[in-house]
Amino acid sequence: MKEVKVKVQNLNVFFNYVQALNNVSIELYTNKITSIVGPSGCGKTTFLRTINRMNDLILGFRKTGEVILDGVEIYDHNIDVVNLRRLVGMVFQNSNLFPKTVFENITFGPKLHGIKDKEKLGEIVENVCTRAAIWNEVKDRLNDNALSFSAGQQQRMCIARVLAVEPDVILLDEPASALDPSSTAKIEDLILDLKENYTVIIVTHNMQQAARISDYTAFFYLGQLVEYEKTTKIFTNPTNKQTEDYITGRFG
Amino acid sequence: MDENKIKSPYLKKNSRRREWKEKSIRFFFMLNGYTAVLFLLLIFIFLIQEASMVIVDSGILDFIYSHKVLEGGAEVRVFEWYPTSEDPRYSLIPLIMGTLMTALPATIISSFFGIAVGIYLAEIASSRTREILKPVIELFAGIPTVVMGFFIIAVVATFFQDLFGFLNRLNAFVASLGLSLIIIPIIASLSEEAMRAVPRELRMASYSLGATKWQTIIKVVVPSALSGISAGIILGFGRAIGETMIVLMATGNAAELTVDIFRSVRTMTATIAAEMGEVSHQSSHYYALFFIGVVLFITTFILNLIASLVLGKMNKNRKFYE
Amino acid sequence: MNDPNKNKLVYSTPKKWDYKLSDLLAVNGIRFITGLLLLIMMFVLGKIFIEGSGSLSWSFLTEFPTNNMTEGGIGPAIFGTVTVLVLMILMAVPIGVCAAIFINEYAGNTLWTRIILLSVNNLAGVPSIVFGLFGLGFFILFIGQKLDEVLQTGLLFGQPAMLWASATLAVLVLPTIIVSTTEALKSVPFSQRAAAYGMGATKWQTIRDIVLPQARPGILTGIILAISRGAGETAPVLFLGCAFFLPDLPIGYINMGLFSIPMINPTEQFMYLSYHIFILATQSTNPMLTKPIQYSTTLVLIILIVALNLTAVIFRYKFRRIIDEIRGVSS
Repeated sequence: MKEVKVKVQNLNVFFNYVQALNNVSIELYTNKITSIVGPSGCGKTTFLRTINRMNDLILGFRKTGEVILDGVEIYDHNIDVVNLRRLVGMVFQNSNLFPKTVFENITFGPKLHGIKDKEKLGEIVENVCTRAAIWNEVKDRLNDNALSFSAGQQQRMCIARVLAVEPDVILLDEPASALDPSSTAKIEDLILDLKENYTVIIVTHNMQQAARISDYTAFFYLGQLVEYEKTTKIFTNPTNKQTEDYITGRFG
Repeated sequence: MDENKIKSPYLKKNSRRREWKEKSIRFFFMLNGYTAVLFLLLIFIFLIQEASMVIVDSGILDFIYSHKVLEGGAEVRVFEWYPTSEDPRYSLIPLIMGTLMTALPATIISSFFGIAVGIYLAEIASSRTREILKPVIELFAGIPTVVMGFFIIAVVATFFQDLFGFLNRLNAFVASLGLSLIIIPIIASLSEEAMRAVPRELRMASYSLGATKWQTIIKVVVPSALSGISAGIILGFGRAIGETMIVLMATGNAAELTVDIFRSVRTMTATIAAEMGEVSHQSSHYYALFFIGVVLFITTFILNLIASLVLGKMNKNRKFYE
Repeated sequence: MNDPNKNKLVYSTPKKWDYKLSDLLAVNGIRFITGLLLLIMMFVLGKIFIEGSGSLSWSFLTEFPTNNMTEGGIGPAIFGTVTVLVLMILMAVPIGVCAAIFINEYAGNTLWTRIILLSVNNLAGVPSIVFGLFGLGFFILFIGQKLDEVLQTGLLFGQPAMLWASATLAVLVLPTIIVSTTEALKSVPFSQRAAAYGMGATKWQTIRDIVLPQARPGILTGIILAISRGAGETAPVLFLGCAFFLPDLPIGYINMGLFSIPMINPTEQFMYLSYHIFILATQSTNPMLTKPIQYSTTLVLIILIVALNLTAVIFRYKFRRIIDEIRGVSS
């Protein structure tokens, strides 16, 4: 039975009066991987950032409509945004590890939320690194500069870093677009594993990637949600002509 | 962390305290942020406060001219700064003239050299040379003005005196030379930045129409960079007006009204510096010095404002070519 | 380069060699002018170095001046300069850094923010002698006298003193610190902050743990530049406590029973390197004899300033390397 994790209703997003999202309504399901696809500038990243309220940080942001997470409207003024961002974690397109050691990077989140015990922190690090498929590569190098690793390894560390704060939902913004094919494959395997415990929403411009890993796919175009279906259906028998054109590569 | 992971966990609980803490941290930083405004205002207020006493005392006109009674009994208008005589005179005119006679030649010389150096750095030098030269020139902007003043007294003034036989060894001319060395880096920096900001496309267009490098520089780059260059000249001029030590040491400090650049003069800044130590607290002389301070403050304030506006226009008109 | 004479049909172009010649002259003329300027700069520094290095010695740097300034050293002037600059930094850096944090991290794009930036800019342009007047009118005559009234200390604070000279210099270098700190904060890429926010960090936590540490080299550069600026200024401190000759260093002793702890007494007057040069140059009792001392003192000041500026340049270079490392994802 499909449980709805995030329900978006009639969402309109403006940046300084320029509309970025137009009347988007969508339901994202728990413990499933949903990919957001569409050509550049169609609003994918804006949509993603709406879910963890990162758009709040951008000057000129305004929205109408509802974004409901687990039955709670997240833009309500009673909401603790800081806590929300912990529960809805985000991995960015380019690795943004801090210029600190691997250990310090990954324990940054837990330390913020009060965990000080060195042993516990060590356990957390091993736990999340294993789940992020990077433990073997970092276990002897925990005190090395995190930026000294390869791009693929850094991205996996970013994922581990997010896992360390125990989120409910994980948002990924084109996480593998800057990586080579073998690193990309590792990340994709990792995302498939994440499905079990987290709700994953991934923005990607790589159609094959969306087809490979996601359960559901949402196609955005010019700020509007054009089609939202089970991945298998969208790729074999899309309802909308625009969707079909994009998927078959006729534009975008 | 687990206790936070209940359903609807993101409603405020103990986070209210955290929000209050964040708000007070922001308030603290905000107070610091406004200190610059505060000090600027304080400077203005305290200057005006002391200077305004002078208006009470004598009146603004006294700062332009006063009346002197000649032997024959006739009254004549004089423009003199002579606060220590029995009939004290506070005309600012000789001092303003003195400031202009040092600042203007300095600005003219510095504009010439400064723009040339700017052109060199922006258009002619290789990037290696530029990387080395730019900090060197900025280093020279950091030379203490007292050192420059010293050098003028010790070396330059005597040199020119021997060469040209001036009446006054220390005069407006040598002082302006010293000022120039300080101002050239300012004009050079701003000109160079302004010229570098001119998009490559404009240069390419010029070359492709058959222009030579120099023609491109003179007809395309410099005109496009004009607002930045002008801002540099205005700021340089402001700096020259506000400069104290070089003029205090090298002008000869004679509050004479003259247009001969090779005579000793006295600038506004030097007057304050030289006489403040000797005035009795809250005498007319004391207030008069503060009045000069107000004039200086307002003048440089206006010049800075104009330069900011000019620079602002430059940044607005800049088109970004990727 | 295209031959400008190719399409002679429409334009009447001057002969080819005319162009080339004027171009060559102009470009080399610029080279010449720049070279000339550099030569003049080298000459100024060189002459000071040559004339001044003769008298440089350890004793020169540490001894008191003697015999009416015609002999001895500049020790107390160096001491005074260092203490004043330290006090100045202690006052200017906290305020300046916090102000920059506000401007860059908290303030939006409102009218008030623009007023703050305008004020910083204008504060930087105020003539140094006006700062002196401000120091006199505000710090000494207002704050100082009020302190004396409140603390019943007679005429202790309401007169020229190291404390007020440092305070005035602090206000003078405040814009330097604010501007360089703002630049340093700006150069930390937003993605770093985004990463922190994305894990549930508050704004202050992000600033404290991520932004500030990464901006530290840039901030240090600004501090070094501020010190260099303060050391070079004379006008503001002319009548705020500078003395040409003091028999003792401005040190007071706090009696703690068995022993006394020497501490800098900020209410005393002090000797200052740049002021020393000024007086030596303009009011020496015997200019002939003091000439070498004038040069040496000047040389010491110049070496100090150059060393500081060079350090700042090196710091700035290293800082850029760190930022580039963060920005670029190196494989």
